[in-house]
Amino acid sequence: MNSEQQYIDLFTACRGLIDSHSAGALNALRDKAFDDFCRQGFPSQKVERYKYTDVASAFAPDYGMNLKRLEFAVNPYKAFRCDVPNLSTSFYFVVNDAFCRENSAASMLPGGVIVCSLKTAAEEHADLVASYYGKLARTEKDTLNALNTMLAQDGLFIYIPRGVDVERPIQVVNLLRADTDLMANRRVLVIMEEDARARLLFCDHAMDDRNFLTTQIMEVYAGERARLDFYELEETHAKNRLFSNLYADLQRDSTANLYRITLQGGLTRQRTDIALSGERAEVGLYGCVIADKAQHVDHNTLIDNRAEYGVSHQLYKYVMDGESTGAFAGRILVREGAQHTVSDERTANLCGSEARVYAQPMLEIYADDVKCSHGATVGQMDEQALFYMRQRGINPDEARLLLKLAFAGEVIDTIGLETLRNRLHHLVEKRFRGGMARCSECRFCS
Amino acid sequence: MKEKDKKEKDRQGIGSYESVTEEEKNRFVREVAHKKYEYGFSTDVQTEIIERGLNEDVVRLISSKKEEPEWMLDFRLKAFRYWQTQKQPSLAHLKLPEIDYQAISYYADPTKGRKKNGPRSVDEIDPELMKTFDKLGIPLEERLALSGTAVDAVMDSVSVKTTFKEKLSERGIIFCSISEAVREYPDLVRQYLGSVVPYRDNYFAALNSAVFSDGSFVYIPKGVRCPMELSTYFRINARNTGQFERTLIVCDDGGYVSYLEGCTAPMRDENQLHAAIVEIVVNENAEVKYSTVQNWYPGDADGRGGVLNLVTKRGHLRGANSKLSWTQVETGSAVTWKYPSCILGGDNSQAEFYSVAVTNNYQQADTGTKMIHLGRNTKSTIISKGISAGRSQNSYRGLVRVAPKADGARNYSSCDSLLLGNQCGAHTFPYIDVRNDTAIVEHEATTSKISEEQLFYCNQRCIPTEEAVGLIVNGYAKDVINKLPMEFAVEAQKLLNVSLEGTVG
Repeated sequence: MNSEQQYIDLFTACRGLIDSHSAGALNALRDKAFDDFCRQGFPSQKVERYKYTDVASAFAPDYGMNLKRLEFAVNPYKAFRCDVPNLSTSFYFVVNDAFCRENSAASMLPGGVIVCSLKTAAEEHADLVASYYGKLARTEKDTLNALNTMLAQDGLFIYIPRGVDVERPIQVVNLLRADTDLMANRRVLVIMEEDARARLLFCDHAMDDRNFLTTQIMEVYAGERARLDFYELEETHAKNRLFSNLYADLQRDSTANLYRITLQGGLTRQRTDIALSGERAEVGLYGCVIADKAQHVDHNTLIDNRAEYGVSHQLYKYVMDGESTGAFAGRILVREGAQHTVSDERTANLCGSEARVYAQPMLEIYADDVKCSHGATVGQMDEQALFYMRQRGINPDEARLLLKLAFAGEVIDTIGLETLRNRLHHLVEKRFRGGMARCSECRFCS
Repeated sequence: MKEKDKKEKDRQGIGSYESVTEEEKNRFVREVAHKKYEYGFSTDVQTEIIERGLNEDVVRLISSKKEEPEWMLDFRLKAFRYWQTQKQPSLAHLKLPEIDYQAISYYADPTKGRKKNGPRSVDEIDPELMKTFDKLGIPLEERLALSGTAVDAVMDSVSVKTTFKEKLSERGIIFCSISEAVREYPDLVRQYLGSVVPYRDNYFAALNSAVFSDGSFVYIPKGVRCPMELSTYFRINARNTGQFERTLIVCDDGGYVSYLEGCTAPMRDENQLHAAIVEIVVNENAEVKYSTVQNWYPGDADGRGGVLNLVTKRGHLRGANSKLSWTQVETGSAVTWKYPSCILGGDNSQAEFYSVAVTNNYQQADTGTKMIHLGRNTKSTIISKGISAGRSQNSYRGLVRVAPKADGARNYSSCDSLLLGNQCGAHTFPYIDVRNDTAIVEHEATTSKISEEQLFYCNQRCIPTEEAVGLIVNGYAKDVINKLPMEFAVEAQKLLNVSLEGTVG
């Protein structure tokens, strides 16, 4: 089946409708994105960066799309009392792809900081949005960027001005809510000026037992000496398909730590492209994947070292059970002249009996004075460690659980936010005990 | 005499620095920097070359020149027809110059210049030809007896001479050129040819299957250990010809053989095509060691000319407890595209891959291996060392696949890259695909340059930088070189030094 055609038809038929419910800066890029989408189509699995995920078949079913921007009757605060409480965060909701205006926590933010709907931002700060929007997520080479740019009407905008340190973490809960199968095209733009500091926590949840398809493109600009900690936590269900591309551009002396954690989901495909554009920029990329049944998780990363003295660390850990599929492809690119780069990359996989694991760590180096390394392992739990615990009266299942916790713990222990770290340890344990889909209070579970 | 002494002292890094005039220093540096490909001469033998171009008639002509049976011609034609339906692939990390397949002559026979029927004894071989192999350090006569290595020498499209055949045949070992094998052991060849690398495998495999000219055939019968190293030496000599050799090694139950392969080519301004296939079948409890020192002409310092080395090499470990080891030292060729692979079919089978790939100037190499684990308790080891200098690009590309039934599979891979110079590239692309929960797969890779401290340490001890680099590189490649048979190890070590000369300073 030609999966592209329905999107081409939809765009041609509803162009006016899409534009009228969006803003100028977003509309300006649609034509080019449409051309690029028509030209490329969905990538086949022969395309290197999409080797492990069948994109066309994920996009083949007919999903509804909320092009008229009808508001969903949902009070997220009532509906959602879930897994990461007590963080004392500035709390925001995005329902599908629309920013939830009520209950805005704006008063808690330091002066000048903006957290709002992308559409609003594009209207109120047109120049700012236009000068950053779509600059990193180029549509020429990635169909998903093209599709999202062509269809996205709204999303989230975060702006941290020069020198502002946002002490309180900003928490954004992405809720998927619909009475029919739904496709959401979300766009996130994060701009951090010089010396800005912030911590962002994104939680993805699906409230209804429907088929969801989400494309999310996130663009992050970090100015000189800026510091960003970003945590993304996916706890959805088997009927959810998430295609999320994150692009970040790091200027001189800036630092970013990006965590992408998948506890529960259906098909998750995450692309993370980081450009270290300024000298001494530093990035940490961390992933923790816990998958079972028919889950499919595919991480694809690129660290593009463009300037001298760049530093990057990557650690991805997968615990694969059931018939799940896990893939990791990480590429470190050191461009000519990016001397003194230090870059390491490690992926480790615990592979269950029917599970399938792909690992593809890559180094591509065009400068000589660098230290780069990568490592990949696929294996099972250490029999000796299990035996040790059983000798001490721990039953085999519990012993396995402890080892899995320790395995995933290596990623979680690096999280700087203490309450989140503790909470994640708890969530991971709950996940391994099979309790994730049954949290006590929210509407979805009860 | 005096000057020579000075030069010697200079080379050793001793003698007072001031005493050497500026001019002399420069001259020495120039000498070293311009040291060229040693084997770049060409031989003036009368060679019979068929018309350029490729079509079914050419395939038939090659087959008839080799006096091949009907089934062989059918095999070639099938491959040729398949090849015609394919397009030349764009290779992953290589820039391949456009190849005009019609501008190449697919058959060149240096033995046909004088005698119609080819050489039957040493005396009949063109003396120029003998000189060529002597220059290359491949003694085809008495000296061979001392070195104890059986050699099959292949120049252009034809096997020139195979030594020690009689002695080997006493034990039932067959070691001859593939064309001879097709005529004399048709059943064996027919059974195994194309069974490991089918002609549909890839574009260049199809081309080779259609026009392959010569190569070696080795058969080790059940329970026989081959008493000496078997070796083939390949040389491209004639202009505008391609070399398409085909090697088939079959090691039957409990057999053992160690096989060496070496190659050189003259310096030509245009690219020469070399598309070979090596197939190895290893049966129960058998062991095969395959070593290559690849030193095709790499092109000049500006990237002109050089051999395009596009090779498919694969071993099938069919029996239980079988062993296969690939060792390669890759220093030549303008473009190298080569992944010696192992299919670990038999239970408890073991495979190894050791590789040193050196690229300099404008060379490009994309090389590595594939380890396909199918049997139970199979083990594979990959050690790859890449060294890039000048403006070259050097990539390791490897696949480790564990099939669902390959319980207890184990793989360890280690790939290191060394960068000498800030305009070269070193890349690592490993692919891991595991479908079995009892498998353990490990991969690690590092990339760095020679540390300043190591160089400084050597300089302090009066070792000039150039030599220090050679020393360090040799130490770095030691893990692999040690796996080579003695005679090859010495050659490989020398080659490493020659390939890297002129990269420092």
